[in-house]
Amino acid sequence: MSEVRYSKDHEWVKIDGDTATVGITHYAQEQLGDVVFVELPEVGKKVEQGKEMATVESVKAASEVYAPISGEVVEVNSALTDAPATVNEEAQGKGWFAKLKIADKGQLAGLMDEAAYKKFVEGLH
Amino acid sequence: MNRDPDPEAVLGTSESTETLKRTPLYDLHVELGGKMVPFAGYEMPVQYPMGILTEHQHTRTGAGLFDVSHMGQIRLRGESFAQVASALERLCPADFQSLAPGQQRYSFFTNNAAGILDDLMVTRAGKGDDGDHLIMVVNASCKDQDLSHLQANLNNRCEVEPMFDRALLALQGPRAGAAMQKIAPDSAAMKFMTGRPLNVGGMECFVTRSGYTGEDGFEISVAGGEADNLARKLLGDMEVKPIGLGARDSLRLEAGLCLYGNDITETTTPVEASLVWAIQKRRREQGGFPGAGIVQRQLAEGAPRKRVGILPDGKAPARAHTEIANEHGEVIGEITSGGFGPTVGGPVAMGYVRADLAAIGTRLQLMVRGKALPAKVAAMPFTPHRYHR
Repeated sequence: MSEVRYSKDHEWVKIDGDTATVGITHYAQEQLGDVVFVELPEVGKKVEQGKEMATVESVKAASEVYAPISGEVVEVNSALTDAPATVNEEAQGKGWFAKLKIADKGQLAGLMDEAAYKKFVEGLH
Repeated sequence: MNRDPDPEAVLGTSESTETLKRTPLYDLHVELGGKMVPFAGYEMPVQYPMGILTEHQHTRTGAGLFDVSHMGQIRLRGESFAQVASALERLCPADFQSLAPGQQRYSFFTNNAAGILDDLMVTRAGKGDDGDHLIMVVNASCKDQDLSHLQANLNNRCEVEPMFDRALLALQGPRAGAAMQKIAPDSAAMKFMTGRPLNVGGMECFVTRSGYTGEDGFEISVAGGEADNLARKLLGDMEVKPIGLGARDSLRLEAGLCLYGNDITETTTPVEASLVWAIQKRRREQGGFPGAGIVQRQLAEGAPRKRVGILPDGKAPARAHTEIANEHGEVIGEITSGGFGPTVGGPVAMGYVRADLAAIGTRLQLMVRGKALPAKVAAMPFTPHRYHR
């Protein structure tokens, strides 16, 4: 069974064995507003937890997306290049950014589960 | 995820909310679900629940209502129109003396280095048809400084009357004319860049047929206490939707219009800013405004740099402060406004480039996040103006 974890920077990560699918949360897309451009990492790139992995741009501004977990990029969601609004429509589904080969599963312990993330977001208001 | 720069920084200066002022429409913005952000010392709606993209598109296809009450309205009065017009010409390079009653003109205050202190709209107005005074609209972030500037320089020549308690509403878009006619039938006869006193929905207003979106539309000056009533009347029309500052910015950028503080500043001259069209022939020849010598020299010899439209080849927006390089990678300028153009369907920008690289079609590179993105100099506006001439 796959499990989903959340970062304080509003990224989500879904674990399937050694692979992690990552994206930004529904809350993050709401804060951004209409997404008009997504810059994805290159396949093969090694990303580090908490470091820049991608860029998402709304009409208003550019935002960095941090890797919620370290690993090597094995696949990117190139459909976002032509349809960036998918991030608004389905941030935690079809709007995923990349799949990573997980470097260190121990890093998952520092991330929040859904209940904890929900509480975290409520605390921001 | 990190928002960089944050949306407030894109549109204005982030400030503590404690000291922020509110326009007479604040309660209405909140009621309509406006997302309030600090802008030029005011709490203003950056967007409503419809979202910036939809608000932008609605203004291009229907009609959008903008609260621009944070902007400063100032009246200049004197013994005669000629006296008032010649007084203002001491500070601005436009020809105001030739304005017909009701005619409006775009201008700017210059400093002795020919830098731009603020840009403004000036209308020859009067209580009746006499047109004996000038009404100007200046930027929110500059209005106190503009007022001091006018008082310091013109007080012995004309009366400088701030009207900062008045509200200003902009109704913009191809359906603005029809919406306005319903509650102000006489507005139908108004042409672009004219203004007159007008009863709008039972309220005495001063209306100009102008705006800052590239679309047909009106700016309606109304007493602060009546603004809420007027806005609700206008929003009663199904075609009219409230529009925030976010879409105002993308609309004016597509229209190729300058944002003061970004595209024009105290360090850009009107010649560099490609605003020579706003300096009428008599003023170019006679001068008589701050920095006139520099403007005249740049008109004769050319300016070292020029404001141009820029279209990136790809889809990545290039924001303000992005470095512009020539094909050899040498930095030759900077983007001053840039983002996604919803009507264009891609990124649009404007910025300053070295004069020899300002011709339309010139290949450039934009340095975005360490990468050189190909782009070219392009004609502005990016979306055709559709004014009611």
